[in-house]
Amino acid sequence: MSSKQEDSRFRENKIKYIYGIADNSLILGQRLGELTGHGPTLETDIALTNISLDLFGQVRSYFQYAAQVSEAEVTEDDLAFLRTEREYLNVLLVEQPNTDFAYSIGRQFLFDHFHFLLMTEMQNSKDETFVAIAKKCIKEVSYHKRFSSDWVKRLGDGTAESKEKMQTAIDDLWRFTDELFQTTEADEAMIEAGVGVDVKALKESYYKKVTAILEEATLEVPELKYFQKGGKKGIHTEHMGFILSEMQYMQRTYPGMKW
Amino acid sequence: MAQEKVHIEKELEPILREIPDPEIPVLSILDLGVVREASLDGKKASVKITPTYSGCPAMDVIGDDIVTALTQAGYEAQVDLILAPAWSTDWITPVGRKALEDYGIAPPMDASADKRALLGEEKLVKCPQCGSTNTHLVSQFGSTACKALFKCDDCQEPFDYFKCLI
Repeated sequence: MSSKQEDSRFRENKIKYIYGIADNSLILGQRLGELTGHGPTLETDIALTNISLDLFGQVRSYFQYAAQVSEAEVTEDDLAFLRTEREYLNVLLVEQPNTDFAYSIGRQFLFDHFHFLLMTEMQNSKDETFVAIAKKCIKEVSYHKRFSSDWVKRLGDGTAESKEKMQTAIDDLWRFTDELFQTTEADEAMIEAGVGVDVKALKESYYKKVTAILEEATLEVPELKYFQKGGKKGIHTEHMGFILSEMQYMQRTYPGMKW
Repeated sequence: MAQEKVHIEKELEPILREIPDPEIPVLSILDLGVVREASLDGKKASVKITPTYSGCPAMDVIGDDIVTALTQAGYEAQVDLILAPAWSTDWITPVGRKALEDYGIAPPMDASADKRALLGEEKLVKCPQCGSTNTHLVSQFGSTACKALFKCDDCQEPFDYFKCLI
């Protein structure tokens, strides 16, 4: 391959790698946004939407960077609103619905601990922009992680009903956790270049940490042999289409609309 | 306190000092520590700002306010958003901390005290109304991303605490 082709391949992989991280924050942020005005108490409502806002802020940094890396004339809005379902590379976990409060907390908890490890490692990237974003994110994610872990303990070690609901949510969402530690071709290329984080290496500390908190919450740690995957390759659960139709509605109806 | 050296052109300082944070109007953007550089080349002013939180919706307003103020003062203004180094509550100046407290927002404590307070281990956050430390955390997330909600158990008033971010 000529160096020009190599350059363009590297760029493509980098953009895919950015999607893989940014789309998690985008779709989870959208899910949390659905709870605006619907939280069980005012304080939790505000907390969940605060987290959503942090995530959207992070997404803007990532997409501005992707738009900069891309040779095409795209903006952060194009990337957020005008891709098709298969082009979103978020993990399946973040697109799972707000079935009840325990599900929203469970999803957040399982994601936050991964997110924290990822941002910790990303500070060692050879890419300056990734380092800057990670240094900013990690401060926010520490707060998210503390909030969701506290609620897992409170619900798990709470009443018989809250415990049952929290356990059901964890049991149901557990099958999406393994995907967090899988890598795509683009991921591998970025890891090799010292730009991306090798998520495979985070798996052990993730399960250790999450297990310890579940035990503290007097919850059972699920034992599973088969896990669901696909999101990182653009193959999503049926929920994804519904999320996108709502999220993209304005841009699809009024193309080029600006805030 | 780790106050990083920030270059603010003398001529521009009084103009920037007049610009308030849109969400905490008693606080100048200079005392909040979001202005990381303000330089001047003839009549061309270049200002670099950094967000407190990634999703802080005030950043666009702050950027616009800077451009408006500098344009009115006869400068050609350019505002850039930078991410590194990441903003820290240590960059809030002593004047800014005093302004926060007078306004009814408890200023951020150092990192370890902040953690103990937010984990509910120790009563450390001082009520800006009555000065008592007999307070408790209501929610880690408050009216804006940068604040937590507390309540004073002596005067019974709820208040905001500016979370530590370093």
